[in-house]
Amino acid sequence: MKSSRLRRLVAAPYLVWIVGFTILPLITIIYYAFTERGTNSFTFKNILAIRDPIHFNALVLSLWVAFLSTLICLLLAYPLSYILSKLKNGRGRFVVFLFVLPMWMNHILRTLALQNLLSNTGVINGILEFLRLPTLNIMNTPTAIIIGMVYTYLPFMILPIYNSIAKIDDGVIDAAYDLGASGFTVFRRLILPLSLPGIISGITMVFVPSISEFVIADMLGGSKTLLIGNVIEQEFTVGSNWNLGSGLSVVLMVFIVASMVIMQRYDGDGEGAALW
Amino acid sequence: MEKDIIIDLKDISVSFDGEPVLNNINLYIRDNEFITLLGPSGCGKTTTLRIIGGFLKPDTGRVIFEGKDITDLPPNKRQLNTVFQNYALFPHLTIAENIAFGLKIKKKSKEYIKDKIKYALKLVNLEGFENRMPQSLSGGQQQRIAIARAIVNEPKVLLLDEPLGALDLKMRQSMQYELIRLKNELGITFVYITHDQEEALTMSDTIVVMNKGNIQQIGTPEDIYNEPKNAFVADFIGESNIIDGIMLEDKLVEILGAKFPCVDTGFGRNKPVDVVIRPEDVDLVEPEKGTIKGVVTSLLFKGVHYEMDVLANGYEWLVHSTDMVPVGREVGIFVDPYNIQIMHKPISEDEEASSDEE
Ligand SMILES: Nc1ncnc2c1ncn2[C@@H]1O[C@H](COP(=O)(O)OP(=O)(O)O)[C@@H](O)[C@H]1O
Ligand SMILES: [Mg+2]
Repeated sequence: MKSSRLRRLVAAPYLVWIVGFTILPLITIIYYAFTERGTNSFTFKNILAIRDPIHFNALVLSLWVAFLSTLICLLLAYPLSYILSKLKNGRGRFVVFLFVLPMWMNHILRTLALQNLLSNTGVINGILEFLRLPTLNIMNTPTAIIIGMVYTYLPFMILPIYNSIAKIDDGVIDAAYDLGASGFTVFRRLILPLSLPGIISGITMVFVPSISEFVIADMLGGSKTLLIGNVIEQEFTVGSNWNLGSGLSVVLMVFIVASMVIMQRYDGDGEGAALW
Repeated sequence: MEKDIIIDLKDISVSFDGEPVLNNINLYIRDNEFITLLGPSGCGKTTTLRIIGGFLKPDTGRVIFEGKDITDLPPNKRQLNTVFQNYALFPHLTIAENIAFGLKIKKKSKEYIKDKIKYALKLVNLEGFENRMPQSLSGGQQQRIAIARAIVNEPKVLLLDEPLGALDLKMRQSMQYELIRLKNELGITFVYITHDQEEALTMSDTIVVMNKGNIQQIGTPEDIYNEPKNAFVADFIGESNIIDGIMLEDKLVEILGAKFPCVDTGFGRNKPVDVVIRPEDVDLVEPEKGTIKGVVTSLLFKGVHYEMDVLANGYEWLVHSTDMVPVGREVGIFVDPYNIQIMHKPISEDEEASSDEE
């Protein structure tokens, strides 16, 4: 009796946290999503508003940008993590730490720095001009957004993949060579499947925040390139239409939950879940 | 060089970060032999095995396999298989897939692989384990799967690195028996590593005693036990009385102030030596009949024999005997000249580790 009461007492702050900061906001959003602006009567209008070409194109572009960013992160992070995991005396872990370091800087500040680098009169073009090479004109395009996303989320891909590769026992790899495996076979039959949980959780950790990202799109994509995150943000701020914003949020949430469920399927160890 | 030599290690030396780990190892292994590398932890046994397996390239020296130099051949091209110290089963594959791993690489047919898995599981007494995952098996079972995974490839030589190290005593004894049966059934060469001298004595045709990266002695279990070449081997293989002595002349040694007749010759006159006497070779007799007198200071019943400590001339002698002598009794110590082993004293710490003192 006494211990169960104590347990309840200890759990109370967490309960308050979950109810206050997760469940209540969620209920509020769902309430707004299914009610008419002003009259508060039940409606599907806010959900179905996704069929509006502006919203729909923003959603498709968001998914596409998130997909490309995730793919590029994966293609960069996997070979890097593999090489780092082979370094001795904790040198690999130190390099991973260097990659993670910028994550502790303010997100907006980081993106601002990137804006400075990429803008038409920015640092990169300055160097190119000095070298008499053709300058880039990528500011305010989806390319700039993808560069920003890759820059921001790469550490989230490196960390779990590096961890899963570093965890593979050297003895197991020796055993495969001992049984006649070539380097390629060792990679395909051992390293790749054994690092799959890391890949899955890396993909989840990059893809999910990328779909709803709006700060990067705002600062690097300009006003021309609208992602679904920007549309929702504008409905809440400029448009003051919480109902429409909530409706689109719920649609986006369906995509996020679906992608997480798909990823969990492949993640036998539940490592991705632990990170979220 | 004899014809039936399958592996020949020539002048192998290895150091890690400037620390010598193997010093000029020379060793040949005969076809169909059960050869054991025996020595304390850290003496270089695993390193030697990794050189034979191809996982480590020696700094100097050559590895000869059936007359061909394979020093530069990678492990996946060598006709031998290894049972690793920590089993190293593939954690994401079933038992059947683990065993099939090498066979699939060799592109064997499905039926062949299926038959082989069945045969191997039967051989290691784990029939019906095909679809289990490695983590769901006990240590002993995983060990046997590691052996099965290696032998289905029909290697000419099987390398085993302390395969029974993680098992409890009972399991270890039954696995020792199983391994000997397996070796006889397969008719292949076993290169076996252990730090357990009893295991080495029980199982091997040949024992290679190592210390600090040097081979101390190579011989049959009987040779090694009865005629240890130096104090290290004597001490490592079973319990021994190792006493400072002076070789007065041929066939006469002075220990603890008393003269003991022995059978060794050629040590010169008045040379300091190490004298090794096995505890079961110390005879306790009437005080006047012994070479020296002593007093029994402790007595333990060990099942087959009694273990006694006898203090005589300032040295605590370890004695094994089927006859019991109570604590406090005065006794005489007598040793048959044939049972006294005389060894050169190492000149320095380094020399102690060196193999060729003669
Ligand atoms: N990869 C390595 N790097 C540095 N030192 C090593 C390495 N492998 C083994 N050693 C050292 O070499 C010595 C012999 O090791 P090992 O052959 O594993 O001994 P054993 O198997 O007889 O216990 C030990 O002192 C060990 O610390
Ligand atoms: Mg070892």
